[in-house]
Amino acid sequence: MRRSVFITGLAAALLLGMGVFGTGRRGSVTSAQEKSATTEVKIDNFSFGPVTLTAPVGTTVTWTNRDDIPHTVVSTDDPKTFKSKVLDTDEKFSFTFNKAGTYPYFCSIHPKMTGKVIVQ
Amino acid sequence: MSEKKKDELLHDHNHDGIDRRGFLKCMAWAGTGAFCVMKGGVLNSYSLSRLSEISTADMMGELSFVQISDSHMGFNKPANPDVAGTLKAAVDKINALSAAPEFMLHTGDISHLSKPEEFDTVDQILKGAKPKDVFYVPGEHDVLNDDGKQFLERYGKGSKGAGWYSFDKKGTHFMGLVNVMNLKAGGLGTLGHEQLEWMEDDVKHLKHSTPIVVFAHIPLWSVYPEWGWGTEDSAQALAYLKKFGSVTVLNGHIHQTMQKVEGNVTFHTAASTAFPQPQPGKADSPGPMKVPAEQLKAVLGITDVNYVQGQHALAVVDSSLA
Repeated sequence: MRRSVFITGLAAALLLGMGVFGTGRRGSVTSAQEKSATTEVKIDNFSFGPVTLTAPVGTTVTWTNRDDIPHTVVSTDDPKTFKSKVLDTDEKFSFTFNKAGTYPYFCSIHPKMTGKVIVQ
Repeated sequence: MSEKKKDELLHDHNHDGIDRRGFLKCMAWAGTGAFCVMKGGVLNSYSLSRLSEISTADMMGELSFVQISDSHMGFNKPANPDVAGTLKAAVDKINALSAAPEFMLHTGDISHLSKPEEFDTVDQILKGAKPKDVFYVPGEHDVLNDDGKQFLERYGKGSKGAGWYSFDKKGTHFMGLVNVMNLKAGGLGTLGHEQLEWMEDDVKHLKHSTPIVVFAHIPLWSVYPEWGWGTEDSAQALAYLKKFGSVTVLNGHIHQTMQKVEGNVTFHTAASTAFPQPQPGKADSPGPMKVPAEQLKAVLGITDVNYVQGQHALAVVDSSLA
């Protein structure tokens, strides 16, 4: 019994260590992504992917609805920075971000669906 | 219903009309077709296969109406490439009911994309139904792109605000509510301050014994908030209805039948006439559920409601289109 607890502890320590390495590695991947400016957000299974997109000023972001159900892309600020028409399956919406800042948005039909664009 | 049926309540320790076994049985039938009768505050539940055992007198109330929901006209994906066909099947089902309903309620998502031709098609198909009056509330799919302007023009004559209204039929007070407008990021359905104030005022003059039927698109109880299946401010709305002896809440939106009884309030969701959605949390998302073509009609349906005045009796019958 005691041995199994010890092994579990060791495994946890190993996982923790991997986690630290993992975080470090993920950080460098993010900065590489920033340079290539990912501009696609896909809507699948009632969620935005990636949920948070970081991009440089001037980036055009395109959302594509890949669900069988229509969605919208609407910024949550007031007045709204951007607001798509309803997007049926495979329809797209694009917006160019010319100012640095954080832009939270959601689907106004299914408000549990939220995302964020961070423009640097 | 003179003789005892196997599934009737035998003991009612809490005097709320529900024993745990009976309630679970009722829940278990959700989705396959359930028939629940409330009589003198006592909930009796039967599976649809035993409907023939219930006498016509019990089913024929003084008031009879039918609820349809989520026809999603314009939807053409694999989950149902022929939503016009299944809506026609729903109309056939309504026309075949033994107790002819006096009118219909449509609890929203009439259209899939708020297109004029989608509304036109539904109007045309529903003209084939024996009951001629249809009372509508909007679903989120009916108010796309124009904040519900078209919906109001077509179906909201004489309504208040975003389309809410009330009317009386044979002593029962009906309230059609709108909870699909101005939804906030991260939130659920919303009634809003203005509508809540109207509600409070609307029921103020009514006697406590007046049976109340509330209908709205998104459930007014917390079915599964993770998927947005609930209404932020429904507690306030229900607080105004506390004084009434009998309250029935009819919703759609979740494309499956479900029932819950809380005190004097019976909550019920209707099946869609277009496509089924998964049970709460049983899939990655609440999107349309594809079932084998030959099983589709078994998971679509209509809801028939019979009300026996003065007896606090309510019968809600879900029938599949199969």
